[in-house]
Amino acid sequence: MSSASRPPGEPGLLLRAVLALLLLAAAAGVALALVAGQVAPGLSGAVAAALPDSGASNPVTAVLLNFRGYDTLLEMAVLTAAVVGVWSLGPAPRIRETEPSPVLLGMNSVLIPLAPLICAYLLWAGSSRPGGAFQAGAVLAAAGVLFIISGRRPAVHLPAAPMSWGIVAGLGVFLAVALAVMPGGRELLEYPRGLAGALILLVETAATVSIALILAGLFIGGRPEDEP
Amino acid sequence: MSSALLYAGAGMGLLLVGVWALVLRAHLLRKVLAINVMGSGAFLLLVGAGAMGGGPVDPVPQAMVITGIVVSISATALALALVLRIAYATGKAALPEDRERDLMDREGR
Amino acid sequence: MNPGLLFDAVLVTVLLWVAWAALASRDLFRGIVLFIAFGLVLSMGWVRLGAPDVALAEAAIGAGIAGALLLATWARLPGKTEERPGDDLEGQERDHEQR
Repeated sequence: MSSASRPPGEPGLLLRAVLALLLLAAAAGVALALVAGQVAPGLSGAVAAALPDSGASNPVTAVLLNFRGYDTLLEMAVLTAAVVGVWSLGPAPRIRETEPSPVLLGMNSVLIPLAPLICAYLLWAGSSRPGGAFQAGAVLAAAGVLFIISGRRPAVHLPAAPMSWGIVAGLGVFLAVALAVMPGGRELLEYPRGLAGALILLVETAATVSIALILAGLFIGGRPEDEP
Repeated sequence: MSSALLYAGAGMGLLLVGVWALVLRAHLLRKVLAINVMGSGAFLLLVGAGAMGGGPVDPVPQAMVITGIVVSISATALALALVLRIAYATGKAALPEDRERDLMDREGR
Repeated sequence: MNPGLLFDAVLVTVLLWVAWAALASRDLFRGIVLFIAFGLVLSMGWVRLGAPDVALAEAAIGAGIAGALLLATWARLPGKTEERPGDDLEGQERDHEQR
């Protein structure tokens, strides 16, 4: 495409060429590091050695909730901040009150009751097998999304306040547990040995509920109507 | 050539494709897609490079990637809400310097 | 070449192709649907890398919730052409399937 026929504002050939050169240089650097670089031993040995005391037998869950608990604590803070950001932009756009298709309603009547079951399984399995709070929360949130796009309102009118409390519950419980283990000379988030499993399950349960509500709140796209 | 190296290379490729589209595509929704593809590329690079040593898979990069996926969905949701604000305020889902451009998208300009 | 490596090579090729198609397609709706497909292919890649926890998170969040968010935002974008009957998410999907 010549510059004469190019519509106004289209990026020029020069920009494309410079961008391509920069990207190729970055790719070459990373490829060199991957092929020629030293392979570090990694941390799987250290994680496996500390696993019996961590309160979870799935190493990924142990890393998420115990060894690198700070990450997950701050991640809950990021999620809460994101939903506060989205809600502060304005009220939720209305979902048009059209009659939803029977296919969606039929699917909902099968999938929505199944979701809490899958959620509970993923949450419980997370300590020893693949699964965990984030996956469980996402499954529950998916049920919420399906319910929202069906356009049906709950039979009981739910005020928005419990939703706000649920959204901060994950962060709040995590923070409370992190601080509550501190008496007795322990660091922040350093669970006592015998209690680690129970505390992780408590934190994960609160996080699951919060993540589900946060993801559903993000999907709504704004402040629920009766929220002050 | 191991498959871990293959996936790390694919992560690098996704990163490049994502940056390319982030700079050159004008529609803001497309830019959000590009950032997500870039993020996935970075995750793949991280876990792929961590698995290159062989032996049991390192759980630390995996946990970091799960954290990353959840952070990227919350950033995406906030970005999408902002895109809608921009589109309602200006009538076009594009940055000011891209207003003149054809968004190359038949739907939703 | 052993079959596992061959499968990985095919998976990686498909992954890169789907990502490229999602970002380069002219139709934004097609791009979003391809992005959801990208998330699902990527979660297969996570399984192959021996990271089933990441695969679950990717399928549920990266493909499911992100896809729903993107489609909802796409449906709410202003200035759509007049001939689209419903401006709700579901009506648009139905409309798209009929074309």
